[in-house]
Amino acid sequence: MDAVLSPPRILPSGDAAITVEFSRTIDDDANRRVLALDEFVAAEALPAVTETVPTYRSLLVHYDPLQIDFDTLGAKLTELALKPLPEAKTTRRWRVPVAYGGENGIDLEDVAKALDISPEEVIARHVGGDYKVAMIGFTPGWSYLSGLPASMQMSRRQNPRLLTPAGTISIGGIQTGVQCLAGPSGWHLLGRTAVRTYQLGRDPIFLLEPGDAISFAAVDEKTFKEQDRAAEAGEVVAELIPS
Amino acid sequence: MTSISPGSSVQDLGRFGAQRYGLVPSGAVDRLAMAGANALLGNPLFTATIELGPLNSVVTAKGGAVRVALSGAQRPADVGGTPVAVNTTVMLADGESLTIGVARSGTFGYLAIEGGVRGEPMFGSLAVNARAGLGSPYPRPLQPGDQFLVAAASATTEKRIELPAPVEGPIRVVLGPQDDEFADAKDLFLNSEWKISATSDRMGYRLEGPSIKHLHGHNIVSDGTVNGSIQVPGNGQPIVLMPDRGTSGGYPKIATVITADLGRFGQTQPGKPFRFKAVTMAEAQAAYRAFFELLQSLPGRVHDSNILMLDIKALLQANVAGTAVDATNDATWQVTVAGS
Repeated sequence: MDAVLSPPRILPSGDAAITVEFSRTIDDDANRRVLALDEFVAAEALPAVTETVPTYRSLLVHYDPLQIDFDTLGAKLTELALKPLPEAKTTRRWRVPVAYGGENGIDLEDVAKALDISPEEVIARHVGGDYKVAMIGFTPGWSYLSGLPASMQMSRRQNPRLLTPAGTISIGGIQTGVQCLAGPSGWHLLGRTAVRTYQLGRDPIFLLEPGDAISFAAVDEKTFKEQDRAAEAGEVVAELIPS
Repeated sequence: MTSISPGSSVQDLGRFGAQRYGLVPSGAVDRLAMAGANALLGNPLFTATIELGPLNSVVTAKGGAVRVALSGAQRPADVGGTPVAVNTTVMLADGESLTIGVARSGTFGYLAIEGGVRGEPMFGSLAVNARAGLGSPYPRPLQPGDQFLVAAASATTEKRIELPAPVEGPIRVVLGPQDDEFADAKDLFLNSEWKISATSDRMGYRLEGPSIKHLHGHNIVSDGTVNGSIQVPGNGQPIVLMPDRGTSGGYPKIATVITADLGRFGQTQPGKPFRFKAVTMAEAQAAYRAFFELLQSLPGRVHDSNILMLDIKALLQANVAGTAVDATNDATWQVTVAGS
């Protein structure tokens, strides 16, 4: 892992956004810095900043160039990035139910073979992980989690699938993820959750925030089907649990 | 919509504030053309319009008169055989149809409706994002038979709008954020001729040209994207991200199209050669300010159509009288009437 850059690099993403880069690799320290800067920027409430997008290693800051120029905002962001990290606050922790294997997780057997362990052991290791939402991106609600146990890390599929189901729980590289909508993926599919991280007409529309803690819990097919019906009707089937 | 070109959808400026949750803003590809169509009708500049794909469309008024304005790609259009110019308004009487032909230059047209497209905004926008199930009145690209509830046409005169002459020349970019992932390939990118592939869409325009090689391979850790991000995947053929892009991407981004040139880039037809040119941040942000001043000036550029007719008549009379006027030769601009 590379060291976290301090100060971070201030990079232009066109004329109306700045990428504040803390690291070039996936790095938990960098991600903590990203999320802290995101909070600092929000607390500053700079009128010129229109929105921010935290990712693993950088914070994308969209701004209005009619109100502030690149150099001025870049200097301000550097100053905020050098502030000491805030005290670790109590993060929200969610328990996300997962139906592993079978048609819900068509790669479970192959992952077990590749790791030379039983499918049950794959599930046990995945459930045993302590995860954090490092970023949400690509498509609505697609939540990238850090914290995958080192013993489960493996490269992505050679041939990405064009369509994978809504609610897919998968692993890729050193990450695991909760995918909300059906769509393409090059990750290994372990199971499915009934939890909708994005659902129109529900309050909140977006369930997870970057920085939230996640634990997985294995459920059987029958429970998954029940939870799926409840979730379809607008229920939040993820549980908030005390950290 | 009696018939509708593929690739047509309701668009406005888009919805902002939820990119941190993976929800991309969407919105019109050519904001200037969209705002121009609204200005023609006296609508607020960023009212939702129908973004039309490059093929034929026919829109029919039902149950009363409707006024619309067409802007964007140059293309033939007519009501019952009477031509309708791009960048003008036209009233459709009950039962009349506006037939919109294939785009001759440019890709997207904008059909604004007097009083605006009506719908239920989500996150402050009617823009279609089919993947997220968003957009109103239809959360998907438009289909033949789709209907819009609209205001009855007002009793105003028809209008035209005078837009500045289309800018030619290279598409301006600001290098970065990952231009240091490319060495000499940066020069190759800036010094080569490019074409937009026919497989492009509102998610991304694929470019055809020389292969752009990475210094450290094509996999970077995903980070945030913007409209106009130029990412370079493993095959070295850049993709310019458009309003329906993913909010994050895992390929190095060599440069970003500047805001002022995004619409012009988006209207570049597949197969037509063009180049990029790197500008400084100061130049890009000056162009940004000029672009927004231009948008704000649009209502003041709207005139009654009949004034244009009088001008043409006067010009025709001058020419009938035997006086040649050459637009490139100011010595001929002094129009003298024969016999005086």
